[in-house]
Amino acid sequence: MSSSVDTIRDLALQDYKWGFVTDVEEDRVPKGLNEDIVRLISARKGEPEFMLEWRLNALRHWFKMEREKGEPKWANITFGPIDYQDIVYYSAPKQKPRLENLEAVDPEILRTYEKLGIPLEEQKLLAGVAVDAVFDSVSVATTFKGKLAEMGVIFCSFSEAVKNHPDLVKKYLGSVVPHTDNFFAALNAAVFTDGSFVYVPKGVRCPMELSTYFRINAAETGQFERTLIIADEGSYVSYLEGCTAPIRDTNQLHAAVVELIALDNATIKYSTVQNWYPGDKEGRGGIYNFVTKRGKCLGKNSKISWTQVETGSAITWKYPGCILQGDNSVGEFYSVALTNNRQQADTGTKMIHIGKNTRSTIVSKGISAGRGQNTYRGLVKILKGATGARNYTQCDSLLIGDRCGAHTFPYIDVRNSTAKMEHEASTSKIGENQLFYLRQRGLKTEDAVSMIVNGFCKTVFKELPMEFAVEAQKLLGVSLEGSVG
Amino acid sequence: MALLEIEDLHASVDGHEILKGVNLTMNAGEVHSIMGPNGSGKSTLAQVLARRETYEVTRGKVLFDGKDLLEMKPEDAACQGVFMAFQYPVEIPGIGNAYFLRSAMNAVRKYHGQDELDAMDFLPLYKERLKLLEMDEKLMNRSVNEGFSGGEKKRNEILQLAMLEPKLAILDETDSGLDIDALRIVAQGVNAMRSPERGFLVITHYQRLLDYITTDFVHVLVDGKIARSGGPELALELEEKGYGWAETEAGISA
Repeated sequence: MSSSVDTIRDLALQDYKWGFVTDVEEDRVPKGLNEDIVRLISARKGEPEFMLEWRLNALRHWFKMEREKGEPKWANITFGPIDYQDIVYYSAPKQKPRLENLEAVDPEILRTYEKLGIPLEEQKLLAGVAVDAVFDSVSVATTFKGKLAEMGVIFCSFSEAVKNHPDLVKKYLGSVVPHTDNFFAALNAAVFTDGSFVYVPKGVRCPMELSTYFRINAAETGQFERTLIIADEGSYVSYLEGCTAPIRDTNQLHAAVVELIALDNATIKYSTVQNWYPGDKEGRGGIYNFVTKRGKCLGKNSKISWTQVETGSAITWKYPGCILQGDNSVGEFYSVALTNNRQQADTGTKMIHIGKNTRSTIVSKGISAGRGQNTYRGLVKILKGATGARNYTQCDSLLIGDRCGAHTFPYIDVRNSTAKMEHEASTSKIGENQLFYLRQRGLKTEDAVSMIVNGFCKTVFKELPMEFAVEAQKLLGVSLEGSVG
Repeated sequence: MALLEIEDLHASVDGHEILKGVNLTMNAGEVHSIMGPNGSGKSTLAQVLARRETYEVTRGKVLFDGKDLLEMKPEDAACQGVFMAFQYPVEIPGIGNAYFLRSAMNAVRKYHGQDELDAMDFLPLYKERLKLLEMDEKLMNRSVNEGFSGGEKKRNEILQLAMLEPKLAILDETDSGLDIDALRIVAQGVNAMRSPERGFLVITHYQRLLDYITTDFVHVLVDGKIARSGGPELALELEEKGYGWAETEAGISA
């Protein structure tokens, strides 16, 4: 099959299409990490005292962790040492940091988002999608704020939330992912610069998809955003995030934290299409994506559903999980993770069953191509009080070529004998016979690969909102080009 | 101009020569059957004509519709009108049968600079052809060949043939593993697709398929060469006397 392999390999050399750099003046703090830097960040953002204390507390804890153990070593990934003193922890486009309307946003930044296909101007918006855009460290614009406010929905940058809704922030910040959770969560808590904040009041069904696009632009900076979503009793919200970054030959660190809280009868649906720069085909450059995402189903009958499509980043380390505390609460995790060239992904989920009759579903689809390494790591834990808990896990790997790897580490910890657990796993390879079959029907090799992979991912894609599903399919096609080898 | 002209075709798999000088000429509108014992190279001939890249052509030439077939990639040959019904149809999980067929038809249309078919253009034709092959409409939304019975898979191959309307249809042992009812339905589909513009190359181990499909010519392939050619009566003679007879006749007795 050498010639079809060659064709696929050629396609793999396709360039990353989101790798441009936008030329804007930056306001950045000096490199390095210490208490003064954290004070400076907090001051730049005009934060109240409680936030500064919270950050400093996290920073001290992080220093302790760094001294004692450094980064967590258990994941199935390898990377060189990260010099945390060689990173710029705050970079913002130089202008008024808080903007009342889009006219005040630097046109260069608006053009960047346009290139990325994110129409920020309200009249061009896809009907029903409100967008928050985070450029390097700062949220530059949130659309549809007015319309949402009429319904009592708060959708704003984290910085604004700290100023305008300090009680909500104080109550929930760190309540799902405390700064002591892990090394990167501690780092994020100390230096996070912005992110999105959502509050949906009791009984409100958020009338549109809420969406954040994250863009790393500046060199030598890390991006540390923090997202907090609170769905009050009986409410519903669907939230989407997308991410891209310029091509740079050095690695950049992205360490985000996302916390979701669902109260009684509330539902949160969180979808991610992650396409940070993956590095070149030799593995130079690319984003180190160390992310902690967790949702807490605090109330009874609440539901949190994670859907992720991870195609970018040199390293992906993330385990969006659910703490199923309320009785009858439901957690879901649908994931597609693709590693091509030298990309490494160690991703999966944690489902912690605490309440009675809690249910969780895990569907993970890992695709490895080139020399990519793809690991599923999942924990399903049924605690003593979780009578009647159920979990269904399906974990499939697809290999393209013979130089990649797929690994699976499912941990199951059951402490209540009434639990029902199901686990299914499969590993398959795109075979020459499948490709030949499709080509014999007239499809080009790349279309054939894309069709097989899309079929493989179907059960996850159908969980995505329509326009995102289309984007995800295209992205997968591009990320895979030239991958059979 | 002949539809297919095969001249002194030699082909190898993993360094083993399987085809050792095949010659065959087929005109549009004709049905040619290739028979022969196991390992004689019948399926290899089919795969080479469909341009499978694991088969290496070492000598000879093949003209399809006057064009050099051996220069074509599988998808180009397909778009030019070469169709092969697979002996072992492949499963494509997660891709609906109808979606797959429409994608294939549109790939061919695009190749010829034609507009793509939308679902509204596609459906009536699809439903009509399903009926011809006595296939359940439910197959439309099932994944390609996934969970299909052996008979359903073969019928699905003929369904694709009927939708794609190729110039040259190669049936690679389509009858193998079919019960008599499925065989009848498959043959019915093939017969319905016969036309003055289309040629069929029917590869089979047994004569029984030819009870249902009227063939114009029969070729007996033995050890990578056509040992005998004749009319439909040759198939009956073979059935009676066995392949040993053809081998002896050809002077290449095993």
